Amino acid sequence: MRSGGRLWPVHLVLAVGAAAMVMPFFWQVLTSLKTFTEATRTPPVWIPSFEWANFAKVLDETPFLQQLGNTVVMTTGRTLAQLLFCSLAAYAFARLRFPGRDVIFVALLSVLMVPGQLFLIPQYQIIQGLGWLNTLPGLIAPGMFSAFGTFMMRQFFMTLPAEVEEAARLDGAHPLRIFWSVMLPLARPGLLALGVLTVLWSWNDLMWPLIVNTDPESMPLSAGLSALQGEHMTDYPVLMAGSLMASAPIIVLFIIMQKQLIQGIAFTGSK
Amino acid sequence: MSTAGRAVAVKASARPATRRRLRNRDWVWGYAMIAPLVLGLGVFYLWPVVQSVYYSFTEWTLFGDATWVGLRNYEQLLTDPANARALRNTFVYGGLSLLGIPLSIAVAALLGTRGLRLVSLYRTLYFLPVVTMPAAVAMIWTWLYNGDYGLVNYLLSLVGIHGTSWIAEPSTALYALVAVGIWTQIGYNAVIFMAGLQSIPSHLYEAASIDGAGRARQFFRITLPLLSPSIFFVSVLSVINGLQMFDLVYLMLRRGNPAREDTQTVVSLFFSRAFEEGAKGYAAAMAVVLMLITLVLTVIQFRVQKRWVHYA
Repeated sequence: MRSGGRLWPVHLVLAVGAAAMVMPFFWQVLTSLKTFTEATRTPPVWIPSFEWANFAKVLDETPFLQQLGNTVVMTTGRTLAQLLFCSLAAYAFARLRFPGRDVIFVALLSVLMVPGQLFLIPQYQIIQGLGWLNTLPGLIAPGMFSAFGTFMMRQFFMTLPAEVEEAARLDGAHPLRIFWSVMLPLARPGLLALGVLTVLWSWNDLMWPLIVNTDPESMPLSAGLSALQGEHMTDYPVLMAGSLMASAPIIVLFIIMQKQLIQGIAFTGSK
Repeated sequence: MSTAGRAVAVKASARPATRRRLRNRDWVWGYAMIAPLVLGLGVFYLWPVVQSVYYSFTEWTLFGDATWVGLRNYEQLLTDPANARALRNTFVYGGLSLLGIPLSIAVAALLGTRGLRLVSLYRTLYFLPVVTMPAAVAMIWTWLYNGDYGLVNYLLSLVGIHGTSWIAEPSTALYALVAVGIWTQIGYNAVIFMAGLQSIPSHLYEAASIDGAGRARQFFRITLPLLSPSIFFVSVLSVINGLQMFDLVYLMLRRGNPAREDTQTVVSLFFSRAFEEGAKGYAAAMAVVLMLITLVLTVIQFRVQKRWVHYA
């Protein structure tokens, strides 16, 4: 406690900063519980009349639950696919030898240097050509593959000791078997970090859904919020209720998985 | 999160020192295991780049037929004043978002104070804006910035300042958006800086203390130079993210907003040209130019880094 006393200036600065980070969310929650008249009063009303009808309105007037379902399916699909495809390829790039390996790897990574706008028009055409506009597969497909995830998992596999798989190799197990039953369990921390990053990116992704799924029933929450904003331009209590409902699941997930997310981000900065 | 930023990360690690024997069956398994990814990235990312470059030399009819028009899209890019404006805004955005870096370093350094309690609580709070959906962030800030009933103007009125309609005013909208962008990135950058700070060996500080160097001197002589690789990484990332600015512009400057025309960025303009107006060839040309700009800026940053980044 002695050091705690000396550290009060540090706490003061950090607390002021934290207040600036949290104030907007506090205002969002407060507004979502106000009536429209309360929300537009100056000076602000600090004790709201708990107008739960705002939340009911979001549920009644938009396909919120449908969009929540779309978001969950989209995020799950993209995340599981990335974990599988990226780690599968990453293991091969890290541990197997085959002609052209490094050239292929660098070619795939070149994707990371290109701004996303160069992919979007052809991606849209592919989805349109498949008849997948306004469908879940269309929402999911391009996001199933990631050069970044492959890079991240390859780095991870390279930190694992070779001895473990050496034993399995001598027993005659084939690479896929080694990957699945030896390496993948060891790679759990890496998979979790990549998984959390992918969930976060996918849940919040806006541009791709705006492009392919323009029908409210097929939108995820991000695009749904944009539509809600278009309809309820100035009904701020309803907008705040909607934005709170749409972002709350990922915030809860972050609080649970904080360690993995921080590790994933620290990883992107360290390499 | 930006993709090109990661490219920075990628360069460092090519060619692993594999010490295993070459086995023939590895070939087949290797190709089989990378096949799904290569196919997916090829179809959805690599080939589309080629297509987009081709499209940039074409014009599209309503029915989706493309005809070759040579450099006409690029000529048009130069003559439309909206592009120059969007480019200027994009640079302002990318440049000003660097202002968040000193703030993030300060947060990271303070959180690293020895013996500090509540670190994980602070970290969670600073991280909230990072994980919140940009669509929600945009809504919250649109409301905070509201000219008549927004919290920002109320707080300003307490200190005697009469605020404006921040995001409906062409002279303030861009900067109001920059502030939101910085707000969302501080926590993310601080995490990267915290990792960087932890990798600085503590004996350096002990030695400096023995030599009588004070806190401030230690910070400028040890912390900052050894943190420079992280600072470089974050600044490249910030500039690239700035160039990619879309979500906030799209959601906070909706149709009917008087500041909308003046505050478009390259990507938001690309989006409306390609997917709202259907000018896909023209939009493809914009994307190609954006790629070139990103490339040039990244190369410049890598060149300049040699002067100030110290790799231990």
